[in-house]
Amino acid sequence: MNPALRIPAEFVAPSTEDMHLPPLFEVGSFAFGKQTLLILLSVVLIAGFFMFVIRRRAMVPSKGQFLGEMGYGFVRNHLGRDIIGEKDFRPFVPLLFTFFFFLLVNNLFGSIPVLQLPTFSHPGSAYILAAIAYVVWVAVGIRRHGLGQFMVKMTMPPNVPKILYVILIPLEFLSNLIIRPVTHALRVFATMFAGHMAIMVAAALTAFLATEVGGVLGVGGSVFGIVLGLFIYFLEVLIQVLQAYIFTLLFAVYVQGALQEGH
Amino acid sequence: MNAMVLAAEGSQNPLIPDVWEMLITGIGFVILLFIAIKFIVPAFEKVFADRANAIEGGLAKARAAQAEAKAARDEYNQQLESARLEAQKIREEARSEGEKILADFKDRANMESARITENAHKAIEAERAAAVVSLRDEVGTLATQLASKIVGESLDDDARANRVVDRFLADLDAEQGRTGAAR
Repeated sequence: MNPALRIPAEFVAPSTEDMHLPPLFEVGSFAFGKQTLLILLSVVLIAGFFMFVIRRRAMVPSKGQFLGEMGYGFVRNHLGRDIIGEKDFRPFVPLLFTFFFFLLVNNLFGSIPVLQLPTFSHPGSAYILAAIAYVVWVAVGIRRHGLGQFMVKMTMPPNVPKILYVILIPLEFLSNLIIRPVTHALRVFATMFAGHMAIMVAAALTAFLATEVGGVLGVGGSVFGIVLGLFIYFLEVLIQVLQAYIFTLLFAVYVQGALQEGH
Repeated sequence: MNAMVLAAEGSQNPLIPDVWEMLITGIGFVILLFIAIKFIVPAFEKVFADRANAIEGGLAKARAAQAEAKAARDEYNQQLESARLEAQKIREEARSEGEKILADFKDRANMESARITENAHKAIEAERAAAVVSLRDEVGTLATQLASKIVGESLDDDARANRVVDRFLADLDAEQGRTGAAR
């Protein structure tokens, strides 16, 4: 039970604790909760959906297959081919596909009643995904250019007066190799966390006004709370889709930057 | 506000990750990636490739059919042209053949007619000569008889008779020539 929805004498804003429901079961320190369950559910949903719609491999697609092809084709063509480039994009299609749909489905869990938890509002999930993306694009860059050349590419932008490299090399190193993965992770985590929190606040506000304050003012205020909550809800759906897209897009851009010839 | 601060203090730092959540997310991601690499991507790529091939194959087939049709038409036109030339040649030959035959026949007819005319001329000449000879004889005899009758003397002597006849004939010729000239 959400403690914010209990009826306190004074309004208590919901906190991060409310995003961490008690685990379903525990083995030692391993707590299997709603969040981990949703992660596994998303894997089953995505794999199940795409394998189901493509099972016939029909030349003339059914509605389901068409939908699957649209989703797959979007990632393949717009995030893969258009950004990484015709020559190199093919090996990255599975990664892009997995990133995009894994994030999309997990984010949308936040807008599905009952599930109602964007998985990436828990920071660990965002960190690990950004870490995978980081390792992949750095490895790809080093494999393509060699470690030395890759570092030069990352830290020494071309067509700059030599004297500026004194400042630029540490700055570029910091921005490209340290801040970049951190922001990559925090961007999706923070938006999901904040969105979830905003909806919780709107819900708690509505409940508090309707049940605790009461009267004309309280009920009228709770209507406002509902409207606010709905507005935030639709904004959240938009942000959830957008963040999945942005995360994958950035990964594609990083890979493209790592593969790019010259500098 | 107070309550919010209190709540925030009471809760853990939201940036501290749960290691188990990281692990589960990582495992889930890897499983999904594996399924994508193994099944989903190949299946979709195969469908895309098949469709592209089907379209390209159709286009290639259409192009081939078009080329074939064009070749057939060219060949047909060529045959038509050669047939037309052949016909013209045959017509030309027939005409010249006909002309040759006609000229041949004309020549032969001309020759035949010339021959016939010549023969006729010869026959007429001969007839005339014969007529002249026989006339001369007859006229001589008649004249002799007449003269002997008129003169009353025998003109049996051949030499004399001939002389008389010749003289008579010469007179006759001269007279004829005069009348001819007068005419």
